[in-house]
Amino acid sequence: MNRLNSLFANKKDLLSIYFTAGFPRLDDTVPILKALETSGVDFVEIGMPFSDPLADGPVIQKSSTTALENGMSLTVLFKQLENVRREVSMPIVLMGYLNPVLRFGVERFLDKCKETGVDGVILPDLPFEMYREQYSHLFEERGISNTFLITPQTPPDRVRLLDENTTGFLYMVSSAAVTGAKTGLNQFQIDYFTRIRDMELKSPKMVGFGISNQESFSEVCKYANGAIVGSAFIRMIENSNNIAEDIDGFICSLKPRND
Amino acid sequence: MIEPNNKGFYGEYGGAYIPEMLIPNIEELRAKYLDILNSESFRKEYHLLLCDYAGRPSPLFKAERLSAKYNANIWLKREDLNHTGSHKLNNTIGQILLAREMGRKRIIAETGAGQHGVATATVCALMGLDCVVYMGATDIERQAPNVARMRMLGAEVRPATSGNKTLKDATNEALRDWIANPLDTFYLIGSVVGPHPYPDMVARLQAIISSEIKEQLKSKIGTNLPDYVIACVGGGSNAAGSFYHFLEDESVKLIGTEAAGLGVNSGETAASMACGDKGIIHGSMTYLMQSDDGQITEPYSISAGLDYPGIGPLHAFLKDSKRADYMPITDDEALDAVMELTRLEGIIPALESAHALAVLPKLKLKTSDHVVVTVSGRGDKDMKTYMERFNL
Repeated sequence: MNRLNSLFANKKDLLSIYFTAGFPRLDDTVPILKALETSGVDFVEIGMPFSDPLADGPVIQKSSTTALENGMSLTVLFKQLENVRREVSMPIVLMGYLNPVLRFGVERFLDKCKETGVDGVILPDLPFEMYREQYSHLFEERGISNTFLITPQTPPDRVRLLDENTTGFLYMVSSAAVTGAKTGLNQFQIDYFTRIRDMELKSPKMVGFGISNQESFSEVCKYANGAIVGSAFIRMIENSNNIAEDIDGFICSLKPRND
Repeated sequence: MIEPNNKGFYGEYGGAYIPEMLIPNIEELRAKYLDILNSESFRKEYHLLLCDYAGRPSPLFKAERLSAKYNANIWLKREDLNHTGSHKLNNTIGQILLAREMGRKRIIAETGAGQHGVATATVCALMGLDCVVYMGATDIERQAPNVARMRMLGAEVRPATSGNKTLKDATNEALRDWIANPLDTFYLIGSVVGPHPYPDMVARLQAIISSEIKEQLKSKIGTNLPDYVIACVGGGSNAAGSFYHFLEDESVKLIGTEAAGLGVNSGETAASMACGDKGIIHGSMTYLMQSDDGQITEPYSISAGLDYPGIGPLHAFLKDSKRADYMPITDDEALDAVMELTRLEGIIPALESAHALAVLPKLKLKTSDHVVVTVSGRGDKDMKTYMERFNL
């Protein structure tokens, strides 16, 4: 059981943040991680920037372009994460597109994940069937979790299939939309969350795509293990002059602390 | 005939590397496309429209003065004479019938030179369907007449402003649109690229080109097999259509020409075969221009229709299996070929098609050789470039 599995076993109403590695500046990756942990975030997805992120909206696209211009690459990212486990204990998931990972070498990539203490990987353009045939044993050998996406259009039997085969969590795309496209929940989304909740799946579920405030966060927690915030965080950090302070304020606004 | 396996792979190329959001749509298309394409009612309507609306069969013209110059028998397959001015309409007529059969009301497309955008806007007007065309902002600038045509036909042209603002970026935007509009929208892809089943579907819809070449050659020279078939490749749809029915005729040499831009070693090129290697673009494993880190390289070509860093997976397979040869052609070589065809035969070709014609001086032809060159489109849309380059 890795950090991610333990977290889901022990805690609910999880807040996860997605941010792009190497953005807004190349060396911001680890300071952002530390600030997120301090401010009470439960786990993170670190975006591995790609030149052509076709499942992402304009905010994440732009951050990816900037990160690449800053010199971010998988080699640089793993170098930055080399000692991260001395300072950060929350689960870390890497999220990105398949081509840079293939180029790096899938086995080498997974070895580096294990070495640096990365717990899981999300590759949206690696379809489940191809993952199962070619890569699942490589993930399992190293104890790296994989996560699949489901959408309102995913048929129930496919939801079951993905549920049975995920070793991390199911990433529920909250509306069939690219990231950062919507605010607030509508009836269509509520129906979808209810339908998935009532399937009583074995895997933890995180809602992503379209969560940007406390109201939408606490609403989706009624149906899932928690939510992932991406574009709203990136918009905030882009304009920040004091990362630690602004991150703390932002996280507090999503999930007020009891103390 | 070369068909992909049931997962969409030609050898190691192709497949469907797509996010889960696109899987229901792609899966529905994969499950239905062959049944629809092979149905009696589809075939009847498709061929009627190709004949009475597009103006097919397109002529196979013996270019006598070009033949004299190159000392061989040069035949031009005149796709430029299709309605809308290129081979693109063959594919859009087929896919619009498919979209209608599947009950989709809204059509989206990507376009580079604007020829596929115009062909899509045209069939949407014909069928009364909504049409949104994504086009790189750079291409909107350099292909202004086609932008105006699309708007006149009732399409909305949306600029893609990421990357080099060309065909790759327009394709990204179209895919994002499809992710955001999964229920009512049909993505009408213009080339033999993208996730399975698009490469196979588009190749089948363009195969009419080689089917006609065979019939026409038979009646003109008594055999249906030429010595060469030559076509340009961006994504590779007119080449796929030109090669399709010759793939098993090993005596026929197949040559695809890709855009070298300022030269294959210049860094300003779109020659994905010469400069690329294996990778994933727009859902397909293929030859791809990319950095050492697996980031897709921004391409360059004078020709908006060939300005793409990848290539259809069928062509990647044909290259590796050596069934077809692929040769890079520079901007300048293409421009020379534009003027040569214009002055020798009275035909102003599109910049894309000129990349196919430009290979003629590089071949060692025999006087008995029969060479078919596909003129994929006409040059009207390129007049701005021609006026600048030829001081007209």
